[in-house]
Amino acid sequence: MFERFLNWRMNYVVVLAVIVFAIPLVMENPFYYDMATQIAIIAATVVGLNLLVGYAGQISLGHAGFYGIGAYFSAIATTTYGWPPLLAMIVAAAVVGLVAYIVGRPILKLKGHYLSMATLAVGFIIAIIINNEGQMTGGPDGMPVAPFSLFGWELSSFGLYSFFGMAVPGHVAWYLVMAVILLIAVILAQNIIDSPLGRALRSIHGSEIAARTVGVDTARYKSLVFVISAIYASVMGSIFAHFSGFITPAIASFDYSIVLITMVVLGGMASPMGVILGAVALKLLPQFLAGFQEYETAVFGFILMATMIFMPKGFYPTAVNFVRGKLRKSGGEA
Amino acid sequence: MAKKSLMRRVGVLAATLTTSLLVSAQAAEPIKIGSFLSVTGPASFLGDPELKTLEMYVEKINEDGGVLGRQLELIHYDDVGNASSARNFAGRLIRSDQVDIIVGGSTTGATMAAVPLVEQAGMPFISLAGAVTIVDPVKKWVFKTPQSDRMAAERILWDMKRRGFDKIGLISGTGGFGASGRKQTLAVAEEYGIEVVADETYSPSDSDMTAQLTNIRNTDGVDAVLNFGFGQGPAIVTKNYAALDIQLPFYQSHGVASDSFLELAGGAAEGLRLPASPLLVPESLPEGDPQKPVVQAYKEAYEAHWDSSVSTFGGYAYDGLMLAVQAIEAAGSTDKEAVREELENIMGYVGVTGIYNMGPDDHNGLTPESFRILEVQGGDWVLVE
Repeated sequence: MFERFLNWRMNYVVVLAVIVFAIPLVMENPFYYDMATQIAIIAATVVGLNLLVGYAGQISLGHAGFYGIGAYFSAIATTTYGWPPLLAMIVAAAVVGLVAYIVGRPILKLKGHYLSMATLAVGFIIAIIINNEGQMTGGPDGMPVAPFSLFGWELSSFGLYSFFGMAVPGHVAWYLVMAVILLIAVILAQNIIDSPLGRALRSIHGSEIAARTVGVDTARYKSLVFVISAIYASVMGSIFAHFSGFITPAIASFDYSIVLITMVVLGGMASPMGVILGAVALKLLPQFLAGFQEYETAVFGFILMATMIFMPKGFYPTAVNFVRGKLRKSGGEA
Repeated sequence: MAKKSLMRRVGVLAATLTTSLLVSAQAAEPIKIGSFLSVTGPASFLGDPELKTLEMYVEKINEDGGVLGRQLELIHYDDVGNASSARNFAGRLIRSDQVDIIVGGSTTGATMAAVPLVEQAGMPFISLAGAVTIVDPVKKWVFKTPQSDRMAAERILWDMKRRGFDKIGLISGTGGFGASGRKQTLAVAEEYGIEVVADETYSPSDSDMTAQLTNIRNTDGVDAVLNFGFGQGPAIVTKNYAALDIQLPFYQSHGVASDSFLELAGGAAEGLRLPASPLLVPESLPEGDPQKPVVQAYKEAYEAHWDSSVSTFGGYAYDGLMLAVQAIEAAGSTDKEAVREELENIMGYVGVTGIYNMGPDDHNGLTPESFRILEVQGGDWVLVE
């Protein structure tokens, strides 16, 4: 029974579900919920990015651009034009998918540094457009966003809701909604990984030439996964815009793309649990380090460096391998 | 005898207990002033003097016995000029630290990112950022101390009109400050009967603006040139302007009203005008100007304490803190609704930046006249009136 669970491909999803629903037991105040909700949003984004970076081995230094388009599309459509938020989110995802497909086809022919440069340029162009189209986007000072609502039911982190007769404050409601969305995002990603598409991606990661020789349409699969990860980013961008209530072009910036990539690399490439851990670490560190401001950047850099040197595969895979190794050893002795 | 001494002992004990209880009750409840500022990062020239001012005056107020007999406690975070972290720190101040009032937000982006949280939580918030969007439309819980960029534009155009200029060339940065300033200038130009005949922009990281300035020079009928921007951009524009030997009168915005701009631009700044806080020229203020003693006291205290020259931006923080203290004193408690109401009721508070007259539809309380027009003469600021 236990053995079967250990070998089940979705076992970590159960663990994740237990963790996300147990966390409210230790959270003391609404600020913790606020952070946890943001972590869930960003974690779902990097789970999508991980499909591209971790599994297909293609780098994107412009992913914040897609996150930004999703956020700004939702913001402008709902706040300026009064669209229903869900519709805005879906249309935004479709638009981002299309943009990613159009730019993805040519640039994914590039490899290594050239691909990094091309995705970097895409991200920069999006950020510049958002910055300069002040009439629509509010320019560098940002713009306010209406709260999320569905059929007249509004989700605000300051509201009060009743759920099966239990009173649930808005910040808890937001967290629970986001926890469910994160689980869905992870299950979807795991299904993609286990599908023929996922196997094709891993073959591309291993060797693109070999993959092509055995008949994998590498160009098609690469642009497909690029589109999927861009849609992940777009949907999470839309959700973040509604959650935060105010967005600035910083969320589409190059810096933010780097933060996303760092989460993937730090947590552990090709491991959904790993990248979620990366998101948790990178989102919480600035809050912990707020106490000693002058050294924040230095400590942050030191942690990144130490991780890269001592855990080149990232936190999670290193930790898992360590535990596995211990288990095997003790098993061998017994 | 023994009985009497016992009685006395009990009495003394009781008295000590009561006083110590009272004292500890007071000491246990400081008034929490929350703040998030851009102390490091690209906007550090705003956040650094603001934080120094807050720290210094909180200390000073505490030495003088605090507010309502309670000590002040400053809880401060550095948002590095990033709006998302400003929002997170504002959330932390409201929900985790449970402060009584927030004085902070160095940039407009940081301020506006915190506004939805502040409004929904019902937290009095005094912003230290410039753009007019912060208080227009009026937001119930949000106040601000600096004059808005619209007032700066009004003041500059007023001075231009006074000197008989009708057609101007505008050059602005595409950063938040410059973009907003450009928008406000275009919006108020018509009111003053001034036509903007050339409208050029530059990116904040550009290192040469000769092309844009040449365009303005080649435009027919330009009477004067205005540059709206802050950071290093305006200093480069000023140098290019001098290098091109453009003879038209030149104006800058209040975004460069600091001594460091004079150092950067050097001799090229000679003769340019800008609207600024009286803080730059405390000595030249006429006797009888109500702001003179306030401005002089702040400048002396700041320069003695930190051994660095005072900046306009620190003045915003001084006014923010003093307005907060005054509102809490008037309210007699830290009840948020009462403090908010008292902030709205502030009339005739004489600050470093100007004289504040708040109201239900004015959460800034300043007029364009609070800006003084300064001219650079002999490498220093000179008051023009």
